[in-house]
Amino acid sequence: MSSEDVEVQASDEQQYLTFIMAEEEYGVDILAVQEIRGWEETTSIPNAPDYIQGVINLRGTIVPIMDLRRRFGLKPVEYSPITVVIILKVSTDQGEKVMGIVVDAVSDVYSIKHSDVRQPPDLNQDDNSDFLRGLVNVKDKMVILLDVGTLLTSRHPLELPSLSEYDPGHA
Amino acid sequence: MSVDLSQFHQVFFEESLEGLDIMEAQLLQLQAGSTDMEAVNTIFRAAHSIKGGAGTFGFADVAQFTHLVETLLDEIRAGQRPVTEHAIELFLQSVDVLRALLLALQQGERPDLSTAEQLKQELQKVLDSSAVPETASTDVVPAAAQSSAQGWLIEFRPDVDLLRTGNEPFRMVREICELVGQEAVTVEVDSSALVDIQTLDPTSCYLSWQIRIDCAIELSNLQEVFEWVEDECDIRYQALSQAHATRDVPELEAQPEAPVPAVEPEPLAVKEEVPAAAKRPVDASIRVSIDKVDSLINMVGELVITQSMLSQLGQDFDLSSLARLQQGLMQLEQNTRELQENVMKIRMLPISFAFSRFPRLVRDVGGQLGKQVQLKLMGEDTELDKTVMEKIGDPLVHLVRNSLDHGLETPEIRRQSGKSEVGHLTLNAYHQGGNIVIEISDDGAGLNEEKILRKAVERGLVSVPEALTPEEIHQLIFLPGFSTADTVSDISGRGVGMDVVKRNIQELNGSIEVQSEQGVGSTFTIRLPLTLAILDGQLVRVGNEKYVIPLVSIVESIQLEPRNMNHIAGSQPVMPLRDEYIPIVCMKDVFSLTKNTDLSDAMLVIVDGERGKVGLVVNELLGQQQVVIKSLEQNYERVPGISGATILGDGTVALIIDVTGLHKHSNERAA
Repeated sequence: MSSEDVEVQASDEQQYLTFIMAEEEYGVDILAVQEIRGWEETTSIPNAPDYIQGVINLRGTIVPIMDLRRRFGLKPVEYSPITVVIILKVSTDQGEKVMGIVVDAVSDVYSIKHSDVRQPPDLNQDDNSDFLRGLVNVKDKMVILLDVGTLLTSRHPLELPSLSEYDPGHA
Repeated sequence: MSVDLSQFHQVFFEESLEGLDIMEAQLLQLQAGSTDMEAVNTIFRAAHSIKGGAGTFGFADVAQFTHLVETLLDEIRAGQRPVTEHAIELFLQSVDVLRALLLALQQGERPDLSTAEQLKQELQKVLDSSAVPETASTDVVPAAAQSSAQGWLIEFRPDVDLLRTGNEPFRMVREICELVGQEAVTVEVDSSALVDIQTLDPTSCYLSWQIRIDCAIELSNLQEVFEWVEDECDIRYQALSQAHATRDVPELEAQPEAPVPAVEPEPLAVKEEVPAAAKRPVDASIRVSIDKVDSLINMVGELVITQSMLSQLGQDFDLSSLARLQQGLMQLEQNTRELQENVMKIRMLPISFAFSRFPRLVRDVGGQLGKQVQLKLMGEDTELDKTVMEKIGDPLVHLVRNSLDHGLETPEIRRQSGKSEVGHLTLNAYHQGGNIVIEISDDGAGLNEEKILRKAVERGLVSVPEALTPEEIHQLIFLPGFSTADTVSDISGRGVGMDVVKRNIQELNGSIEVQSEQGVGSTFTIRLPLTLAILDGQLVRVGNEKYVIPLVSIVESIQLEPRNMNHIAGSQPVMPLRDEYIPIVCMKDVFSLTKNTDLSDAMLVIVDGERGKVGLVVNELLGQQQVVIKSLEQNYERVPGISGATILGDGTVALIIDVTGLHKHSNERAA
């Protein structure tokens, strides 16, 4: 799925690819998504953080794979044939970085208006909350929008806010 | 002109920059008062083609500037001026200015013309000064002095070969007619050299001409007409004074429309035309000799033959043709390997590309410091990967500057210490194993151990100064923030230096050492891998993981005998091997592998790195193969002990061990 395939949207709308993880729905900017693949064995990297599963050969490029459950400190699950890896690319100071994230399942593509995005509740550690772009209600479900750049480059622990009592629709 | 010339710009820039390098090299060899006309000719030819190219492609600034240089060179070439120190200096500066101009244009930027203007005036001043010796032949007219005479008499005697080189004498006459108008031109042919019809060779040129132009025109415009045949004819320009000029032709206004307006000295007007568009990225390119390309084509041809043979074999395959299949596959392997080797060779350039800047640098810096230095370059043909070459340039410059500034002494001091006044600086390059070694040695003062130690203590870089051996003291200069220069100079001594050099070299997977003896000199030795892209590797298994150990660093592999291992309290285990004790690094511990790592039947791979020998404990030795190095950092980050990754035949990824880094990392973990 490349950027050319995406239809030109009205300027205040942005398309998000959403995926499911531990019953929550998360969204990433669709322009950052390079492709979606099934899980395959990785080569582990010595002394890497536990959420870095290892690296794979993506058509000649070495691409690290991150387990998003572990990244967010959620309970890890066994990988199955339907486990999905979303390959994301993001431009950083050192050029474009490509990385894969392991999620439970891919869900949908939504067009989301900027005005509909609500700020996430305040987290304790202010610096690290950048990875949350905001929350949005789609068809009565809450979707957590993630910032791909911070997600892939931050080396800090990322903690999801407790969202059970938070309903963005009424904020 | 309807052809899009911009496609040739890149070639022009490359050729011109090469031309400048040639000019520079020759200028540096040229001595004041020299009569070596071959060198002057070489310089002239280089300048001439830069000017020609610049004119063709419309880089008027470059063309104008080069024209002045060329004029001056021409006068020297004709023996009208002696080669002076001043002239050499001016030419060297001109080379710099031209290089800056070309680089700016190449980047698509508007070049800074201020220095060029300044230098132009100086060149003009030299040209205007009548340095013409009285003995100079009168029929050759100094260009600038009489450039706007009232008319010209041109004696044009082409060489016999002129026609064979594709030149048409009459075209030049036509061009002059266009330039000044037909009625101002009188042409007389001299057919005295014409031979008998029986012996006449129709492809030879036996005629010569006298062209009289009764019209005021810049000599340079006329010279331009004959520009391309200059080397193949005998041409004399004679100015006609007012009295000789019989007619005055109104076609004078046609001048600005001359075919190549490049020499019109109107820099300000032309300046605005410079394509000052957004910065253009320059495509990196490489010049490859035709031989290399031809051999590649041959190899691809063989590959195609092997491929078609194999596919034919595969169409109706039965076991009887198994032998042929195996043979074919072997051939395929051989073809692929040869092809790979040759493709890699394309990237290899002789190190003279990196060395060539040093004669100039040594001359300039040596002069600046008042030191007499003789530079010796050795092993210039040693080939090196282009990427490595580009990255090694700056560290080399730094080391050479350092040697000039700190190493070599001034002539007085050298005399006092009984050395010859001229200091010697040697750059040497050679291959050793899979590495290229570059040595920079001088016969200067050597490293001052006391001074280094004092500085290091002052800056708190060492705590127990007594315990250091001379070698360890020498290593201190590579620490960040270290400089012993008494005066911070333009050349070195700002404390950013050797650590950066070392880091740059390490980034290339190389290493640097220094050997020094006080009063005798110092030698810096740089070791670099020949190429960054491919390495011969030994595949090993550690637990469930496969790793690649660079073959060059492996000394031997032996069976691990746990009872031979000595555990020294609180540090790494060591093992006696012949007459040495070798530290043992257990890869599964260093890499924090926990799964299935039973080491009962382990192998010990002895590797030799920057920090000496070390034994790596692995489970199994797998095959040896060439691997293509892929970056792990590109999408991830630097991993201690790992230099990169590669893709194995089955498509999986294996990590490549960085021997020195691994050793260091394991020390740190043990500590």
